Amino acid sequence: MELAEIISPNNLIYKKPKLLTDKTMHYCPGCGHGVVHKLLAEVIEDLGIEDKTIGISPVGCAVFAYNYIDIDWQEAAHGRAPAVATGIARTNPDKIVFTYQGDGDLASIGTAEIMHACNRGENIVVIFVNNAIYGMTGGQMAPTTLLGQVTSTTPTGRDASLNGYPLKITELIAQLPGTSYVTRQSVHTPAAIRKCRKAISKAFQAALDKKGTAFVEVVSTCNMNWKLDPVEANIWMESNMFPFYPPGDLKDGSKNDPASYSPLKN
Amino acid sequence: MGELKLMKGNEVIAEAAIRCGCDGYFGYPITPQSEIMETLMEREPWNETGMVVLQAESEVASVHMLYGAAGSGKKVMTSSSSPGISLMAEGISYLAGAELPCLIVNVQRGGPGLGTIQPSQADYWQSTKGGGHGDYRLIVLAPSSVQEMNDFVELGFQLAFKYRNPAMILTDGVIGQMMEKVVLSDYIPRLKDEEIEEKYGSWITSGRKNSRSRHVITSLELDSGRMELNNIRFQEKYAKMEEDEVLYEEIQCEDAEYLIVAFGSSARICQKAVDVARAKGIKVGLLRPITLFPFPKEPIAALAKQVKGMLVVEMNAGQMVEDVQLAAGCSIPVKYYGRLGGIVPSPGEVVEALEQKLIGG
Repeated sequence: MELAEIISPNNLIYKKPKLLTDKTMHYCPGCGHGVVHKLLAEVIEDLGIEDKTIGISPVGCAVFAYNYIDIDWQEAAHGRAPAVATGIARTNPDKIVFTYQGDGDLASIGTAEIMHACNRGENIVVIFVNNAIYGMTGGQMAPTTLLGQVTSTTPTGRDASLNGYPLKITELIAQLPGTSYVTRQSVHTPAAIRKCRKAISKAFQAALDKKGTAFVEVVSTCNMNWKLDPVEANIWMESNMFPFYPPGDLKDGSKNDPASYSPLKN
Repeated sequence: MGELKLMKGNEVIAEAAIRCGCDGYFGYPITPQSEIMETLMEREPWNETGMVVLQAESEVASVHMLYGAAGSGKKVMTSSSSPGISLMAEGISYLAGAELPCLIVNVQRGGPGLGTIQPSQADYWQSTKGGGHGDYRLIVLAPSSVQEMNDFVELGFQLAFKYRNPAMILTDGVIGQMMEKVVLSDYIPRLKDEEIEEKYGSWITSGRKNSRSRHVITSLELDSGRMELNNIRFQEKYAKMEEDEVLYEEIQCEDAEYLIVAFGSSARICQKAVDVARAKGIKVGLLRPITLFPFPKEPIAALAKQVKGMLVVEMNAGQMVEDVQLAAGCSIPVKYYGRLGGIVPSPGEVVEALEQKLIGG
């Protein structure tokens, strides 16, 4: 068989999404960001919304997300992506706006912004990549760092009496009436990637249907700062992160019905 | 002639925003400027012009909402008072770094810290020299009447969009709370999305259409060489503002032997002080900087050749006086007089200071 016969459109079973640029990613080998970026590019392309989607990139490893997905982007200050997204979404109600944030960005410095954007039910999508550590600055403790987990600022492991407890922010977000869909996913196996893609697609559909805030946490690895190889990091994530941050839907439309928040009676 | 009304300075800011076709206001309550958002909420401009009004969870959030909306080409503003502006300093630096046009109103109160809710001009340095990190400048307009509170809203937006830079109205509790007659501006319709695309389509994030490459609003540039070029471009922009946008007012300066320099509410008091001094036979004039950045260096330098001395009157511990000294040079004395802690000086005090510090009373 000739090479040209093999590389023919009929035989095509997989291709890079058009919206993913050819720029070499700066992420470390084994990192989950690249996969999540690809899923985002696929979903935006599938829904045909690239001409009205605006992404907000965070401060953190994904600061350069705008180099990889070929849509309009705004780069926010650390933690402020939900406020930036609010500004765009409120003044451009026909646009689809999403934030892409890490655990330090969303659950530490930007706690107020994410809680209030979700509580207002801003019509935005939030992609929250949680790897329990600060990646870009070199492996410091994150709000989601597990008890006992060693980081460069918890060299003997996170100690609750000294550092407080890991924050289950997604569980808090799920309590807010402004959120329509809250889910926790991962991208460490082909099956998980397929499920995560569905979740991201559902979140963007919720924004298209103006259902309020859709929130997708992706539990991920940082093998570089966890000081493990990529395979070991996946195993560590499954055995340590999943029990504390269990994958699955936390809310799918029904819970915390805004109607249960009744206005004042005279 | 437009509609004549008797209104509070803060209320006029809100009214002017609606009338100038503002797309959105994002704010957080703080004394002495809460009437701005209250007036907007009462007016419900979303029903009238489609303008968005949102009470944010903090000044930090409101300034970053401004960043997002401004990055999509919308005409948006916020307002606050001194402690709130400190919280916004982060966002203001990012707005300047990403070259986004917007309007920020600071109705100043006394500091430092929680300070007082009484009027002050102690944020002169914060507004004109930075406040946030990095080398940047704001276009700073200092109204001295309720009429100028009206006029400077649209002027601020015009300058902000002309230079793709945040503009600030630096006022204080005196002007914000004061009621005066004002001629309101006529309505300017909000720009339609197609008009925004036509005007600012080369840089805004409005969704990437097939015909163009993606737009990225960012202040980040890790390559030092390229970042230096960005910084040089910003500095050239600020230099151009200094060349073209200086605004000031001269009152009774033609025959002046002495000069008072004051801005905003202080200038109103000094205008009276000039009359009182002239009645006593002292030939004094008033120069009122209207743009605090760009600062009216040249008119001050010119008057330094004419007068025997200058008195800078401000409601702070002496901030603008440094800029006046730099502009005037060393040939004549340039003195400072001011009150602190939210106390507003009287015209009599100013005349006394003029006599003691310059004339040698």
